[in-house]
Amino acid sequence: MDEALQRTLTPTVIGILVRRGAHFAAAEDAVQDALVEAVRAWPDDPPRDPKGWLVTVAWRKFLDAARADTSRRHREVRVEGEPMPGPGEVVDDTLQLYFLCAHPSLTPASAVALTLRAVGGLTTRQIAQAYLVPEATMAQRISRAKRTVAGVRFNQPGDVATVLRVLYLVFNEGYSGDVDLAGEAIRLTRQLAAKTNHEEVAGLLALMLLHHARRPARTGPDGRLVPLAEQDRSLWNTRLIAEGVDVLQIALTSDRLGEFQAQAAIAALHADARTAEETDWVQIVEWYDELVRLTDSPVARLNRAVAVGEADGPRAGLAALAGLDPALPRHAAVAAYLHERDGDPVTAARLYAEAARSAPNLPERDHLTRQAARLKAELRS
Amino acid sequence: MAKYLLLKHYRGAPASVNDVPMDQWTPEELSAHMQYMEDFAARLEGTGEFVDGQALSPEGTFVRYDGEGRPPVTDGPFAETKDLIAGWMVIDVETYERALELAGELSAAPGAGGTPIHEWLEVRPFLAAAPTITE
Repeated sequence: MDEALQRTLTPTVIGILVRRGAHFAAAEDAVQDALVEAVRAWPDDPPRDPKGWLVTVAWRKFLDAARADTSRRHREVRVEGEPMPGPGEVVDDTLQLYFLCAHPSLTPASAVALTLRAVGGLTTRQIAQAYLVPEATMAQRISRAKRTVAGVRFNQPGDVATVLRVLYLVFNEGYSGDVDLAGEAIRLTRQLAAKTNHEEVAGLLALMLLHHARRPARTGPDGRLVPLAEQDRSLWNTRLIAEGVDVLQIALTSDRLGEFQAQAAIAALHADARTAEETDWVQIVEWYDELVRLTDSPVARLNRAVAVGEADGPRAGLAALAGLDPALPRHAAVAAYLHERDGDPVTAARLYAEAARSAPNLPERDHLTRQAARLKAELRS
Repeated sequence: MAKYLLLKHYRGAPASVNDVPMDQWTPEELSAHMQYMEDFAARLEGTGEFVDGQALSPEGTFVRYDGEGRPPVTDGPFAETKDLIAGWMVIDVETYERALELAGELSAAPGAGGTPIHEWLEVRPFLAAAPTITE
């Protein structure tokens, strides 16, 4: 059975059931049940029309559940046996699902879980494995999310920005479990980009492609983090880079700059340099200026300080860092890097050790500990 | 979401307010305590925030490598060891503030006299996987 095809059909089939009158939560359950049956039935008897098969089976599952529900409550059967004709797919159901699953009333974690299930077609078990929580916990997170959006009308126009935040979160979660969330985020963003003409959707897709292209070079064979400057650039995926750059260039012609386009532009400039030394840091600083203007984010200012350090020298970088809150995540790591470049290994070693203690994740902590150890060994000899 | 460990100590944490040792509680007080812990875990499962919870025996042994081809050396338990972990709960929550709120609720588990123990719990963030986008 082609799991990829099946997963692509998931949001379409949910959409069709909703248009026929099913509530979103019931439609979503019915489609999950139909997917389970497809796993059983398709290998022996592959359907000629997979979508038609899923719609038929899911609709039957929905009717069964609705009948069981109504008879349990001793109510009259409200749902007719034959599907209502419905308006078909005039409005894009998949797009509506993206909006619903990223509805602003949901917490980010709920929106992520619901998107992966209803739009991505992943099972609760797969999502639980990806986020390293028990299946029961993830099942509850999803059913709470469905209750939260129960009152939202399916055809309400949504905000693309909230959808993009959800997809960004999925992408940035990386690949800790069995499911490659980065790859899944790209698939869902690509699908969204095909259905909208929104420059920031394209910007996010470009950003993801450009970062994904570097994935083979980001970790060494022993699992350690390889910083951008030290990566073996021959491992970068040139096909993904070319696609990312194309998508970004088209987005930029709209002349409506947003944070994802700006971030993608920075990633594209890195991708464009054959060696770390050839990096166009002056242009990167300009894009960080745009990013700071667009987001006013302290993280963007911190990254800008690194870029300034490369473009105008470590003193300028330290000056850019001076106005920022030392409590910012990675502040000490950036300061350590700039002090080392400024020829002060004693301060750098102390700051690297401090940064390692407050590192938010294991690969970064190990990397920073190695930096501190390297400098301290150099100072001893 | 971020994962946190709520760590409960037999020994090593500051004294709780209601500091009567468990073996001096009445059976009803013990039952009420256990029920509170179970209800708490069940509620967290319901909110999609529960990851794991385990209790540990106070008995433990220190073990270390003793060279090639030799069995490991064991020792202890050491009466003088300050820190003794009693158990943990792992939660997956949206914010650090939520982790603190839940630890506060767990610390309110009833003890002697049916009143909250006000036990000190340690909240420790997990080190996560590295995010894809950092620069």
